[in-house]
Amino acid sequence: MVQCLAPDGSVVREDLLPEPEIRLDLYRQMRRARHFDERGWVLYRQGRLGVFPPFGGMEASQVGTAAALTKDDWLFPTYRDTGAALTLGLPIARTLAYWRTSPHGWHMPADLKVLPFYIPIATQYPQAVGAALAERRQGTRNVAMAFIGDGGSSEGDFHEALNFAGALNAPCVFILQNNGWAISVPTRTQTRATDLSRRADGYGIPGVRVDGNDALATYHVTREAVDRARNGGGPTLIETVTYRVKPHTVADDPSRYRSEADTAGWDAKDPVTRLRTHLLNAGLMTEASEAALLAEIAAEFEAALAEADSYPEPTPAEILDHVFAEPTPQLKKQRAEILAEHAQDQKEQA
Amino acid sequence: MTATATPPTGTKNMTMVAAINDALDIALAADDTVHIFGEDVGVMGGVFRATDGLQAKHGEGRVFDTPLAEAAIVGMGIGMGLAGLKPIAEIQFAGFLYPALDQILSHLGRYRHRTRSRYHLPMVIRAPYGGGVHTPEQHADSPEAILAHTPGVKVVIPSTPADAKGLLLSAINDPDPVFFFEAIKLYRSVKEDVPVGDYRVPIGKARIVTQGDDVTVICYGGMVEVAQKAAAAAQAAGIGVEVIDLRTLVPMDTDTIITSVAKTGRAIIVTEAPRTAGFHSEIAAVIAEEAIEHLRAPIVRVTGYDAPYPPFTAVEDVYRPNPLRVAKAIRQVMDY
Repeated sequence: MVQCLAPDGSVVREDLLPEPEIRLDLYRQMRRARHFDERGWVLYRQGRLGVFPPFGGMEASQVGTAAALTKDDWLFPTYRDTGAALTLGLPIARTLAYWRTSPHGWHMPADLKVLPFYIPIATQYPQAVGAALAERRQGTRNVAMAFIGDGGSSEGDFHEALNFAGALNAPCVFILQNNGWAISVPTRTQTRATDLSRRADGYGIPGVRVDGNDALATYHVTREAVDRARNGGGPTLIETVTYRVKPHTVADDPSRYRSEADTAGWDAKDPVTRLRTHLLNAGLMTEASEAALLAEIAAEFEAALAEADSYPEPTPAEILDHVFAEPTPQLKKQRAEILAEHAQDQKEQA
Repeated sequence: MTATATPPTGTKNMTMVAAINDALDIALAADDTVHIFGEDVGVMGGVFRATDGLQAKHGEGRVFDTPLAEAAIVGMGIGMGLAGLKPIAEIQFAGFLYPALDQILSHLGRYRHRTRSRYHLPMVIRAPYGGGVHTPEQHADSPEAILAHTPGVKVVIPSTPADAKGLLLSAINDPDPVFFFEAIKLYRSVKEDVPVGDYRVPIGKARIVTQGDDVTVICYGGMVEVAQKAAAAAQAAGIGVEVIDLRTLVPMDTDTIITSVAKTGRAIIVTEAPRTAGFHSEIAAVIAEEAIEHLRAPIVRVTGYDAPYPPFTAVEDVYRPNPLRVAKAIRQVMDY
C-alpha cells in the first residue's frame, strides 16, 4: 500500500512528497471539504439541507485524487463525493442546492465537466469510459475519472467498464474508495477478496492500492495514473483504503451494524490532522496562517449559503422541463393539466 | 449495398436491411461525430449485415467492435454522447437489451432532465426485434413497452425499407436518445423503391397504410404486413379497414388515431408483444379517453400472450398474431 505520510504525520516516503504549494493546496481543499461536511450536519438539523451522505474522514481519498485533474477533464462522482466535486471546482452554492433537492443544484457550470452526483451504484464507470474514448477520438489529452465505493465493485458495471477501458485503451482513472461499508454491509461480507486493487489484474490494467487517508499518497498515485492516461497509456484502477467514519447518510443509525470500537481506530488516522501535522512540522504552515485559512473558508461557505438561499423554489410545471429538446404532444398536454390544476388550487386557497 | 456517390434525386430498390445500411453510411459520411459500435458490427458487419462494409469504408475508429457486454455498450455510449459524439449502438437482439436497462432507465432517459439540458444524449440504439423467423430462445422478444414507459427516450419502429431509412436518419439527427427497433421478419422479406440521399421521415407522425370507413387497425413494425393482409381480405368482403402504421411509439401520433377512430367507430390494435401492460394498452387507453363516444364496439387487442415468446417452430404462429387472428378481430367488432 502506497503511503507518504504515517498516521502521526511523519514522512515515510520522502521521494513522493509533492511541491510545497501542492501540499498546501491539498490541505486547503481538504479543509473546505470538511467544513462543508460539518456545516452540512448543522444545516440538516436546522432543516436547511435535505438528507445527504457525509464524507468526513474521506477527504484525502477524494481531494487527493480529484486534485490530479484539470478543468478540461471529466469527473464522475458518487453521491458521497462532494469533496471531490468541490475540489475540481463545483461551486458550494450549487452543491448545497443539490442536497436541498433544488433544480438549481442540477445546473452544472459550463466551464466544468463534473457530472451530477450518481445515485445508482457503479453506473458511471462505463460512462466514464465513453467520455474518455470520446476525448481521445476528438484528439484531446483529456481524461475521465470515476468514483465508486467497495460495494460498487460488486456491480457488473464495474467489471464491464474495467474490461472495456482496458480493451479499448480508454484514458480513464477509476477510483475505488474502499471505505469499509456499503450501508450496513462490511467489505468482508461484500467480497472474499482482500485487495480490491488486484481486480485490475483480471482486465490487464494497472491496479494501485494506496493509503486513502494520506492526501499526499493519493495525489501522487493519481497524478501518475492521470499522466499515464494522458500519454496514451490507458486506464488505471486505484483503491484508496479509507474508512467511512460517519453514518451512511445523516438519517442513518450505524449503531445497528457497527460498534464505536470499529470506528475509534480510524480517528487516529484522520487525513486532515495527518497533513496538518506534516505542514506544521515542515514549517509550511503556522497556527496563525492556518487560522487565517479557516476564517477564509468559513466566509466563503457563508457567502455560498446566502447565494443558495436566494435561489427561488421551482414552479409546479418545471417538473416537466428538460425531458426532450422539444416537448412531445403528450408533455404539452400534461403541462396544461398541471397549470390548470395549480391555478385551481390557488383559487381555492385564495 | 451502399452507394458511394449519392445522386440528389431518384430511388433505388432495396431491402430494409440495405436501407438501414444506406442510412448509416450517409450519416457516417455527413458527420464526423457519428460512431457505430456494438458486438460484431465492425469486421463482420453485424449478424444481419446491417453495418456491412461500413468499417472498411469509414475506418476502425468510426465503426468498431466492443467486448460483449450490453450495459457497458450503452453506458459507454452515454459517455460518448456527453463528450460530444453521436453514438449509434447496436444491441444484437432486443431480447439482449435487458442487461443494459439500468443504464437506460437510470441515465439515458434522464440526462437532459438531471442536468437541466447542460448535457443531452443524441444517442441511437438499434435493436432487431420480434418473431416470425424461427429464431432460438430469447431472440424474438418485443420489449418496446419497457422503453416507451421510460421518460426521456423516443421509440421508433419502421415497417418498410423507405421508412427505415428515413426514420433512422431522423433518429440519428434527433437531439434526444432514440430506440430504433427493426423487425427481423422484415429485414429481407420486402423490397421497395427507397429515395436516395439524405431522406428523412419525421419522428412522431403515423402513416395511413390503407384507408377505410369501418374499422381502424393500429399496428407498427412487423405487424403492419400482417394487418395489411387481413385488411385486404376484409376489403374483398366489403369491409373498409383503415390500417395505421404508428411508426413512432414515443412520441405517439394520437391525432391520427383519434381522427380515424372517430370516422370508423371501431378500433383494433395489433402487436406481437405480451398482452398485459403492453404499448397496445396505452393506445387503447388513449382511444377510451379521447374517442369513447365514437366507439360502436369494444376495443380489441390482438397480441402475443403473457408467456415468454416460444421458440417452438411448429406453434410459433399461435403466439405471433397472423392475418387470420386479425381478420377474426375485424369480424368481432363488425358483428358486435
